[in-house]
Amino acid sequence: GERSSGSPINSSHSQSFAIVSFKWEHVKDPYVITLWILVASLAKIVFHLSHKVTRVVPESALLIVLGLLLGGIVWAADHIASFTLTPDLFFFYLLPPIVLDAGYFMPNRLFFGNLGSILLYAVIGTVWNAATTGLSLYGVYQTGIMGKLNTGLLEFLLFGSLIAAVDPVAVLAVFEEVHVNEVLFIIVFGESLLNDAVTVVLYNVFESFVTIGPENVTGIECVKGIVSFFVVSVGGTLVGIFFAFLLSLVSRFTKHVRIIEPGFVFIISYLSYLTAEMLSLSAILAITFCGICCQKYVKANISEQSSTTVRYTMKMMASGAETIIFMFLGISAVDPNIWTWNTAFILLTLVFISVYRVIGVVLQTWILNHYRMVQLEIIDQVVMSYGGLRGAVAFALVVLLDGHKVGEKNLFVSTTIIVVFFTVIFQGLTIKPLVQWLKVKKTEHREPKLNEKLHGRAFDHILSAIEDISGQIGHNYLRDKWSNFDRKFLSKVLMRRSAQKSRDQILNVFHELNLKDAISYVAEGERRGSLAFIRSPSTDNMVNVDFSTPRPSTVESSVSYLLREKAGPVCLDMQALEQRRKSIRDTEDTVAHHTLQQYLYKPRQEHKHLYSRHEIMHSEDEKQDKEIFHRTMRKRLESFKSTKLGINHSKKLNKIHKRDRGQKRRNSNVIPNGKIPSENPVQDFTLKEKDLEFSESEENNDYETFHLGKGVDFLANVTKQNFTDTPTGIDNPVFSTDDDQSVYMKFSPWLSSEDTVVPSQRARVSIPYSPNNFRRLTPFRLSNKSIDSFQLADGPEDRPRSFLPESTHM
Amino acid sequence: LGVSRGLPCAQGPLSPPSSPPTVTSEQIEHLHRRFKQLSRDQLTIRKENFDSIPDLEFNPIRGKIVHAFFDKRNLRQESDGLADEINFEDFLTIMSYFRPIEMNMDEEQLDRFRKEKLKFLFHMYDSDHDGKITLQEYRNVVEELLSGNPHLEKESVRSIADGAMMEAASICVGQMGPDQVYEGITFEDFLKMWQGIDIETKMHVRFLNMETIAHCY
Repeated sequence: GERSSGSPINSSHSQSFAIVSFKWEHVKDPYVITLWILVASLAKIVFHLSHKVTRVVPESALLIVLGLLLGGIVWAADHIASFTLTPDLFFFYLLPPIVLDAGYFMPNRLFFGNLGSILLYAVIGTVWNAATTGLSLYGVYQTGIMGKLNTGLLEFLLFGSLIAAVDPVAVLAVFEEVHVNEVLFIIVFGESLLNDAVTVVLYNVFESFVTIGPENVTGIECVKGIVSFFVVSVGGTLVGIFFAFLLSLVSRFTKHVRIIEPGFVFIISYLSYLTAEMLSLSAILAITFCGICCQKYVKANISEQSSTTVRYTMKMMASGAETIIFMFLGISAVDPNIWTWNTAFILLTLVFISVYRVIGVVLQTWILNHYRMVQLEIIDQVVMSYGGLRGAVAFALVVLLDGHKVGEKNLFVSTTIIVVFFTVIFQGLTIKPLVQWLKVKKTEHREPKLNEKLHGRAFDHILSAIEDISGQIGHNYLRDKWSNFDRKFLSKVLMRRSAQKSRDQILNVFHELNLKDAISYVAEGERRGSLAFIRSPSTDNMVNVDFSTPRPSTVESSVSYLLREKAGPVCLDMQALEQRRKSIRDTEDTVAHHTLQQYLYKPRQEHKHLYSRHEIMHSEDEKQDKEIFHRTMRKRLESFKSTKLGINHSKKLNKIHKRDRGQKRRNSNVIPNGKIPSENPVQDFTLKEKDLEFSESEENNDYETFHLGKGVDFLANVTKQNFTDTPTGIDNPVFSTDDDQSVYMKFSPWLSSEDTVVPSQRARVSIPYSPNNFRRLTPFRLSNKSIDSFQLADGPEDRPRSFLPESTHM
Repeated sequence: LGVSRGLPCAQGPLSPPSSPPTVTSEQIEHLHRRFKQLSRDQLTIRKENFDSIPDLEFNPIRGKIVHAFFDKRNLRQESDGLADEINFEDFLTIMSYFRPIEMNMDEEQLDRFRKEKLKFLFHMYDSDHDGKITLQEYRNVVEELLSGNPHLEKESVRSIADGAMMEAASICVGQMGPDQVYEGITFEDFLKMWQGIDIETKMHVRFLNMETIAHCY
């Protein structure tokens, strides 16, 4: 009920009723956990204050050291090791987010392209490591160097199997900072993920062998072990795939519950983990494959915002879990009760795991290189051997051992801690210099290029065709078949219909590029301190309330006049871009806003007063993305064409005019465009009003935003109706030469139009004319012309006539 | 043709003299078997023969690929234009464009190797043989490439091609003056666009496990 802090204690000590009471015990557990998380997070902040430190020392190592310190402090104060990394905590709460993150953001193509190598390293490599380490330790034990230990062969093998596995958490933590090339990374990382099944099986098998005693181990038991490996790995994978399917299917129908949409991703994939655990299958495999398989469909289905939410939440949880794991590893080590020192055993373990890792990698790579297209060179092998980090999985497994059955549990625990610390701290520290020294090929981060994507796509098809022609079944063949299957069946079931359309990688790159253009365009304008340069009194820069509707023209001057008094702050909020600008120059702002409105489609609006738990208000249109493409693209093309075709002849314009008209009529439903002559004063008036309303709504009125839609609809209806029987026209002979040339050169071409509009003095002064001010997005040449003219323009005959800018309204 | 089982022609008389021999006898044997299968035991293959490959049917740029096999520019003949039929040697020549990279290649060889592969690609795009990929040609390619997605509208496809073309122009020419004309991507430009992308590791097919032959028809 009451808050336990804040007010001075004025409670009576009577037994009846305490106004304030101190209930530490009541909140203790969650309180301490939260505090630990806070400490770990704060530590991260501190680490990153100094770039020098984090560049040299991996974060995981720092966290372990921090954990050791904190554990020491707690120990000094309390003399109990209150918080350790328990297997339950680790396997149920800390590991899943990390693995899910890995799976969900797995570069699938790379992963499946190298699946063969990954599997070999994960399965054979892990078995090899486990067997050789266990057997060698046992062999050395027989010589007596280690003294008397209460163990047999099976215990050694059990220990070998738990120490053998390369740990995904540690590998990810270290390799993320090293930036080796992607093939190398995916092989090491993939191995660490997929070896879980092997580890689990080996661990379970040997644990049960230890339990039943060495004398009862028969051949049948061993066969059972091998069978169980297949069951565990294939079963785990299947569970993952099943839940991925389920998740994709669910995400198809979450359109109306946008707020909880991201939750499904986490809940269902966590369920896959728990289910696999319940069936004693490989849980890591399950959640990995759940992430891998669902990513394509989920990303396509959920909204942009949800996708961002998922991305950030997942990264946050994974990185938080990782932080806690390493810190707790450090803390757990501070507990005298678990420490048993045996120099020979510990040192030999370190030596054996390193040496056998190297031997294993070299042997397997030698085999693999016979089959691999891109060979793994010696440098790669060194990094792979060196990257065999052990981590929290091994620690959790060793803690899980039953002290009654395994006599030397404490020794095993101590050794594991030493091994983990050694690999994470020492190898983690040295791997970066090593990679630099060996000049390992690194990843380079490049901007996505449209051409690259296109050619990449072409490659896929060419290669699979060549494989078809040469008559063999290779990677490309399989990939081709799979993508066909995916397109024909899976996507149809698992993707929203709208997503099926727009979901194309090439389209995505295109989208990104366009967004960048738009953003840089605005940024450029801001850099110049004014957005006036995009102002144009021509029709097109007017408020485009809804791009799917045609707009009447010729009201601009009056509109801008009215707007001048009514402008407010502009708020543009897009994922990557958050800009807020308040300016005295109201008009410019307004115009800027309209331009943004036009180019970025619909900026998200501010929601100040309304609270709803279930919805974040935004009127988003599914078509938004695509429309932005087309719009910006056409702009870009216009300027491109202008540079390409140079000059056109306005005399011919009229001809085309007429020709176009027919075409436009036909297309009018799709691409309504064209100007509507000024004989519609009534409409013009409506428009003005709407515009005003619109700009006002931006300012402060949430209420207005609601009604905006209706207004727009109304407008749309009127104009549409009107549109059909008005001849469309070209009002902006941008590149017509002869007489007007000089004028066009002086002022931006888009300023001049045939109709009555006269650019304001200010505009004349402030608008730069050059179309090449911006790298990609050349300034807008706005006019009313459908793209059809481009088709015409591309026709073989009378090419020079036309570069006709098209409509800005779609 | 002189290539048959047991005949040791391993040291690649069939690969272009400039490049190191990479197609081994085994592979040649396989390819020859395949060739005969496709040509129905004739000495030459005609375009129609490719129709019998069922998997090729779904390839959106199938036409361009088959075309490339008959493109004389790819066959290293001085002449230009299209061949009506190709023999096994030509077939191998085309296939040799897809050899994987060799470990022992030096820089110069690598460079030539790379150029050869790119040339093949370039010829595929440059359908009118004028040494330039014009906007129209690029549009056609993109249209074909994306034809697999029935939902994509033509307009989007075209904008993508236009965007790619502009990107190419900006890479190759940089800032263009207002009156400058970018006519199309020349091979030099094409090379420029590919800078930094290791095509060597992408454009290759494994001609190794040839035993897993997919059957025609």
